[in-house]
Amino acid sequence: MPRINSPAELEELRKGILSKRDPNKPCITLCSGTACHASGSEEVAVSIEEEIKKQGLSGKVDFRRTGCHGFCEKGPIIVIHPEKICYLQIEPKDIPEIVSQTIKGKKVVERLLYTDPGTNEKIIHEYEIPFYKNQKRLIFGSNGEIDPKSIDDYLALGGYSALAKALFKMTPEQVLAEVKKSNLRGRGGGGFPTGRKWEECRNAPGEIKYVIVNADEGDPGAYMDRSLLEGNPHSVLEGLIIGAYAIGSHEGYIYVRQEYPLAVENVGIAIEQAEKYGFLGENILGSGFDFTIKVHRGAGAFVSGESSALMTAIEGKVGEPRPKYIHTAVKGIWDRPSCLNNVETWATVPLIINNGADWFRGIGTEGSKGTKIFSLVGKVNNTGLVEVPMGMTLREIIFNVGGGIRGGKKFKAVQTGGPSGGVIPEKYIDLPIDFDELTKVGSMMGSGGMIVMDEDTCMVDTARYFLNFLADESCGKCVPCREGIRQMLKVLTNITKGKGKKGDIELLEELAEVTRDASLCALGRTAANPVMSTIHYFRDEYEAHIKEKRCPAYVCKELISYYIDPDKCQACMICLKQCPVGAIAGGKNQIHVIVQEKCIKCKTCFEVCPSRFNAVKKISGEPVPPPIPEEARIIARKSKEK
Amino acid sequence: MKEKKVKAAASGGDKIEQIITKYQGDASSLIQLLLEIQRANRWLPHEALKKVSKELGVPLSQIQHIATFYKAFSLIPRGRHEVQVCLGTACHVRGGPRILDRVEEVLGIQAGQTTTDMKFTLETVNCLGCCALGPVMVVDGKYHGKIAPAKAEEVLKNYD
Repeated sequence: MPRINSPAELEELRKGILSKRDPNKPCITLCSGTACHASGSEEVAVSIEEEIKKQGLSGKVDFRRTGCHGFCEKGPIIVIHPEKICYLQIEPKDIPEIVSQTIKGKKVVERLLYTDPGTNEKIIHEYEIPFYKNQKRLIFGSNGEIDPKSIDDYLALGGYSALAKALFKMTPEQVLAEVKKSNLRGRGGGGFPTGRKWEECRNAPGEIKYVIVNADEGDPGAYMDRSLLEGNPHSVLEGLIIGAYAIGSHEGYIYVRQEYPLAVENVGIAIEQAEKYGFLGENILGSGFDFTIKVHRGAGAFVSGESSALMTAIEGKVGEPRPKYIHTAVKGIWDRPSCLNNVETWATVPLIINNGADWFRGIGTEGSKGTKIFSLVGKVNNTGLVEVPMGMTLREIIFNVGGGIRGGKKFKAVQTGGPSGGVIPEKYIDLPIDFDELTKVGSMMGSGGMIVMDEDTCMVDTARYFLNFLADESCGKCVPCREGIRQMLKVLTNITKGKGKKGDIELLEELAEVTRDASLCALGRTAANPVMSTIHYFRDEYEAHIKEKRCPAYVCKELISYYIDPDKCQACMICLKQCPVGAIAGGKNQIHVIVQEKCIKCKTCFEVCPSRFNAVKKISGEPVPPPIPEEARIIARKSKEK
Repeated sequence: MKEKKVKAAASGGDKIEQIITKYQGDASSLIQLLLEIQRANRWLPHEALKKVSKELGVPLSQIQHIATFYKAFSLIPRGRHEVQVCLGTACHVRGGPRILDRVEEVLGIQAGQTTTDMKFTLETVNCLGCCALGPVMVVDGKYHGKIAPAKAEEVLKNYD
């Protein structure tokens, strides 16, 4: 691997790579992101390799394990280039057919295609599937085309050209001005203008400065940073090096959760490759600019994703936040100026440098430019990672991209911003999503988690869930956060257990206000959001829990019961056999009855009761009807009579 | 580092010694060093922490602070098999807590505990990043997606 010493040499190298690649040669790409991996993509990979050999196609077809394609719901995913034929939910047994039919015979295997649930139409190409068609995949799009362990794949797509442009055609001031002009805002949560942060760090006194990638993605239900770092690590490195150049930093850190082993591995490989090619290290591309990167694995603490806490953790100490009267851009790691941005933010920088700030400003809304990756999860049909322009409405995201609500249920709310965010009810479904609009309705962008909830989701339970998470993750350093969260959790738990009292809602509001106003860091300051927003939009649900001891969504165990309707039960024995605690009495030809004292409310009976009988009922807020007398339980079946 | 798939040795002495030596007394590497010991030995014995304290010149109290603050570390021995039930938001709304209830009942332990025969350690995690598969249970790194309580019980029977 030769070291590259000038932009001209870089272009030479790129030409060399491209000349060896025939754009018409068939290439099978297989998603090997975490979700597809969990669905068995590695077994599929092995069988692709075997089958290519077996059918005598070695050298005639390329095969690539790529990063996450985003459509996790339908994994493992195969896309065959150059046509971009997309096959979904692939198993090893499908491979011989794919290789013989599609690669050799140029024919499409119909049964593996995407079927539009509305029209039942089969869709051949990836870009025509509604999930992809309605997105704008600027940052995430390359994920499906490159092997994250191959720097040549990144270079073939124009990789590191933005770095060459920044180092040789722009001064650091010009790079900074371009990023400022683009109005890029931090993708990690708060949406602080990236250019301003860079400028503050650049102007801060001190010779040694640091730049940091925050890959401590801790929001439960958000995984776009992981997929980006796993799937396209060089794009993050390139952004970081450009940022370092603009700020005047020569040392960088990537802080990544150790729970993301594949991201740690791929980013490590990427750094090694970039060093060999001369994109990292001394005298980068012969420009005279030096920059090195170290990887720091986080040991599992949500609060360590907060900038000052993260920097303390890099120093090898406990990752607790500190007051930020002085920004970390001025005093960060070892009290030196340190600029921290999220993975997605860094990955956006090369695009801005290559295409210009004006191009970037052309996408999105007035206050929020560009695209944003969301993890669209929960009760939605097309779970996955979606990248859309800022300003797209919730309706478009959930219904056009996400394919609507699972099982034909009714949409209730969407939760954004993780534990720091709030719920957005149905009435705001046409809300254009950007930083400011989300804040206006009491939620926030956060890192981009978007959890869709249907009629079966209890809002009090949702608030309790997040507070429980935060109670675990609060570092305990400041009292308002430590105690505020704990006390709110206590009240919420009582309400979900049917022990709610009059005045609880007001007490929650008071606690929420104090926690928000008096906490040290963003974890505490935003901890009340899940509580405030659920009370604001779903006060009636709180009241039902407190006054009527009723859970309208039938979620809170202590407030619900299961009951078998004797008129509908056909004594089929299914629920009786599956009940894990033997709480169902009955037998063959004998109507089943749930023994309420034994029932642990695991919902198994409700789920296994055949839909043609539909005999198991959920009850909340009213007493369970008394069991029918034993003698009335016998079902006389005509067919059994001889 | 990939080859470190080691059975829980009683003390793990040599391995730990090697890891500590590797970091050459660099106190800022404390967390990275502890992560490596945890990975190689699956828990942090008190003796090892004392050694780390001496070699890095970091007070034991500070090491204890770190070892108890971060989730990755365990100060007690762990079972042969690690069971993780995801309680991330997506899994939560899709019934993750019901999986946990059943697993706790089957194993007779609470999340965070190890069975007395040292067979299983049960943990909850806050999102594994494969929300499409929710609810998810992971046993020794193998993902079991879209799992039902009864299926979770089945899966655990396959381990000894």
